[in-house]
Amino acid sequence: MHPIRKKRLTIVLFLIAGVAVAVGLTTYALRQNINLFYDPSQISAGEAPVDVRIRAGGMVEEGSVVRDPESLEVEFRVTDFSASVPVVYVGILPDLFAEGQGVVAMGKLNGKGRFVADQVLAKHDENYMPPEVAEALAKSAKARGENGEGTGAPSTY
Amino acid sequence: MWQIFHKLGSPKWFFGIATRLMPWLLAGALALLAVGLVWGLAFAPKDYLQGNSYRIIFIHVPSAFLAQSVYIMMASAAVVTLVWRMKLADVFVKAVAPVGLVLTFLALFTGAVWGKPTWGTWWIWDARLTSMLILLFLYGGAIALDRAINDEKSAARAVAVLVLVGVVNIPIIKYSVEWWNTLHQPATFKLTEKPSMPAEMWVPLLLSVLGLYLMFGWLACLRMQTEILVREQRTRWVKEHVLARRAG
Repeated sequence: MHPIRKKRLTIVLFLIAGVAVAVGLTTYALRQNINLFYDPSQISAGEAPVDVRIRAGGMVEEGSVVRDPESLEVEFRVTDFSASVPVVYVGILPDLFAEGQGVVAMGKLNGKGRFVADQVLAKHDENYMPPEVAEALAKSAKARGENGEGTGAPSTY
Repeated sequence: MWQIFHKLGSPKWFFGIATRLMPWLLAGALALLAVGLVWGLAFAPKDYLQGNSYRIIFIHVPSAFLAQSVYIMMASAAVVTLVWRMKLADVFVKAVAPVGLVLTFLALFTGAVWGKPTWGTWWIWDARLTSMLILLFLYGGAIALDRAINDEKSAARAVAVLVLVGVVNIPIIKYSVEWWNTLHQPATFKLTEKPSMPAEMWVPLLLSVLGLYLMFGWLACLRMQTEILVREQRTRWVKEHVLARRAG
């Protein structure tokens, strides 16, 4: 390679490496701000600020959804399978909201460790399948469950 | 090897190759897109959770995939511009930047349309969506910078540096869903594992991606040819080409 071109190539590579390091360090330093939501374990460990608008995300715990028959108020627990946080929300939930599905709630953590949400978004995973397959999977999981085994933790939320 | 490299740098040679290649690219693109999109949008099974609304994936994923792919191609061309000062590399960057912009916009737009019925919101500032928006601005910035500088050579170098600086955003887009908590789900397609959807869903999706690649190839050739004709308008071969086209 011609020495001038070699020199230019070196400069270009240094440019890319320099920018990558700068951006890498910046995003690393800001990682807590880039994270969209706090996990239930972070919240129960006291890492999330109280009375500040934050987001909490995780799975809706099976059997935890309680709807108020008189109003739009809903209570449920959000879990990451190691800790869980109770959430209160008044409003219309997205269609995909269900027990065992992922959610991201926006709101404030009150002093008693309850999360008062003013917006609840549904989070779905990267798995797609036809309804028949999903039904068959659910059936076989149930059969296994009746044999005294767990239904298997969902992959991601 | 170097000879091919130097030939590739000749606008006249590329013009001829592109003319021969373009009908094939267009035919392949239309065929693959027709099969992929009709299959995906009308015949593929619906999703157990999202029902029919997931079908926008057959437009969303190909455009998002291409938007990033085109940027990587532009960055490679930018290295060639800076190191070898090859005219054709700059022609490529200039020709495909608007195409990349449109693809990124399409990915963001279809994502918003998809997000409303599934997540419950059009937009959220999570890492994947934000980094994709930055990609849109990078494309826009490259186009604006090129227009802002009158001298062709200085414009080419300035744009090349901008494009190269922005390339760091590509791994961020790719890994944003793994490095940080996001609302956007992780990738369905991984290089090392089987896709997490059945074949009757991923085959039409793959056909759409390939079709869009060919469509991009056709568009890139067309736009590069136009740019070459403008830049080389004083040369003899362009004058002869225009006269021949006019006579024919």
